[in-house]
Amino acid sequence: MTVVTDDTLKAPPRAMRDEMIVFVAMTLLLASVPFTGIYPFFVMQALCFALLACAFNLLIGYGGLLSFGHAMFLGTAGYCSAHALKVWGLPPELGILVGVAAAFVLSIVTGYVSIRRQGIYFSMITLALSQLLYFIYLQAPFTHGEDGIQGIPQGRMFGVLDLSKPTILYYVVLVGFLGGFLLIYRIINSPFGEVLKSIRENEQRAISLGYRTDQYKFLAFILSGTLAGFAGSLKVFVAQNASLTDVHWSMSGEVVLMTLVGGLGTIFGPVVGAFVIIAMQQYLASFGQWVTVIQGAIFVICVLTFRRGVVGEIAHYFRRSL
Amino acid sequence: MQALYAQLLVGLINGSFYALLSLGLAVIFGMLNIINFAHGALYMMGAFVAYFLLNLGGINYWWALLIAPVIVGIFGMILERTMLQWLTGLDHLYGLLLTFGIALIVQGLFQNYFGSSGLPYAIPDELKGGMNLGFMFLPIYRGWVVIFSLVVCLATWFLIEKTRLGAYLRAATENPTLVRAFGINVPRMITLTYGLGVGLAALAGVLSAPINQVRPLMGADLIIVVFAVVVIGGMGSIMGSIITGFALGVIEGLTKYFYPEASNTVVFVLMVLVLLVKPTGLTGRAA
Repeated sequence: MTVVTDDTLKAPPRAMRDEMIVFVAMTLLLASVPFTGIYPFFVMQALCFALLACAFNLLIGYGGLLSFGHAMFLGTAGYCSAHALKVWGLPPELGILVGVAAAFVLSIVTGYVSIRRQGIYFSMITLALSQLLYFIYLQAPFTHGEDGIQGIPQGRMFGVLDLSKPTILYYVVLVGFLGGFLLIYRIINSPFGEVLKSIRENEQRAISLGYRTDQYKFLAFILSGTLAGFAGSLKVFVAQNASLTDVHWSMSGEVVLMTLVGGLGTIFGPVVGAFVIIAMQQYLASFGQWVTVIQGAIFVICVLTFRRGVVGEIAHYFRRSL
Repeated sequence: MQALYAQLLVGLINGSFYALLSLGLAVIFGMLNIINFAHGALYMMGAFVAYFLLNLGGINYWWALLIAPVIVGIFGMILERTMLQWLTGLDHLYGLLLTFGIALIVQGLFQNYFGSSGLPYAIPDELKGGMNLGFMFLPIYRGWVVIFSLVVCLATWFLIEKTRLGAYLRAATENPTLVRAFGINVPRMITLTYGLGVGLAALAGVLSAPINQVRPLMGADLIIVVFAVVVIGGMGSIMGSIITGFALGVIEGLTKYFYPEASNTVVFVLMVLVLLVKPTGLTGRAA
């Protein structure tokens, strides 16, 4: 499975410096949001989806595996965190931990099943598994079906950070996002990441070099699923609810769209893509179902003419890796 | 007992749709190497075209059964010529994403114009009523759906496995360059194959219109179950798709009778079990 990335097209000099500059710029930009007039709720929501898209991109952009069921990790972690916070009354940090742990277990189980098939079969299996979970959550009593879990207390993180204050919540979400982002960056640039890339480029060759590629893909799946779960747990504090929309397969489609728009296999692409798509949904909400049509059109345009995505095109133009 | 037979019949009908849809997917996958995510949307279009033919043109069900697949098939061929063909040689993944985008556009447009609620489509007079089989009451239309789709499935199987045209098709799947060297227009064959697969989906849509209502999202939920069916059966053989489709429909129907809570999930659970035992699917070749 080959994804069009800059690595496959041309081999630019490794440009850690460029990536660092962009990272610092991104951090400064995001850290200054509360001082501007921008609606912080919108940015927080976008950050959660950006983290989800980054986690998804770890799997497809670097492992070549198109998961069409990443919503299941988002939704599962969301439900578990929400339940832990509201029913068990756990503090925020433990609530997040419960959600992440749930996503971790789920990714082991689903990864074990799905990693056995490759290519589009893998995509279909992940899609079917997430739909299976959708129906389970629809019927399970603790999720409250169509209503979802609502009115989740935000509480005090570590006993000091009052998450009901928007600014504090914003910085907590930002720190969570940056932490996840750096972890993914670290994974990509580790020997493990290099093996993943080689599997993406040519799995048969990686096998012949002695790598047990299934284990690498399995581990990548677990990492990606767990991080996607982390995004889901953070999202609970922002939205203060956990509902079926987060598990529905159209959410998985949106994650794919975000990554595709930003640039598959680029580090910053999913972040840009998430902001673009969330902004689009925010501002086009009054158009009703036209949003679906527009999203579909973006899919078609991206696949036909714009396969590198926004960041991919920019990076390609300047011959940098971003 | 009555309820059991009724659920078995419902299962057989759902199985007919699964079989027709996964058969179309298999045909398309064989030639184009694309998992046609737009299949559910095209199935929905089939039902809508039948609805328009009846309400705008006064064209009845029987003609719709013929015309709707042709119209939607032509639409599919246009899609193939204008978009899908540009993906030849690229990864499978892009075909999946492109057809997903097409599905979103089509479904979104229909939702805009017709809302999300269903439009009724009457059962044709000839197929109204039912008969008493002694052990159960069989609505004639439902029996007709099962038998008709079985015939269509077997005809498609015959066309692909037993005729000369089918032989070209299978050869072109294996080695398009060589088949081209024999003077056969492979790109045209690909377009026609896509049209055929799409036509099968639209036919399923027309069949389903009188049973389920005509809704913009009628294909969206169905297609994921069909994907699970495809994973269970594998797409190695045409006959495999047909048998798996019907069998899973029946199993789903039985679950609805014995343990209704699991009826939504049984196909997916089966998928997991099959994958654990036989990762290639029941009739599949290695991907």
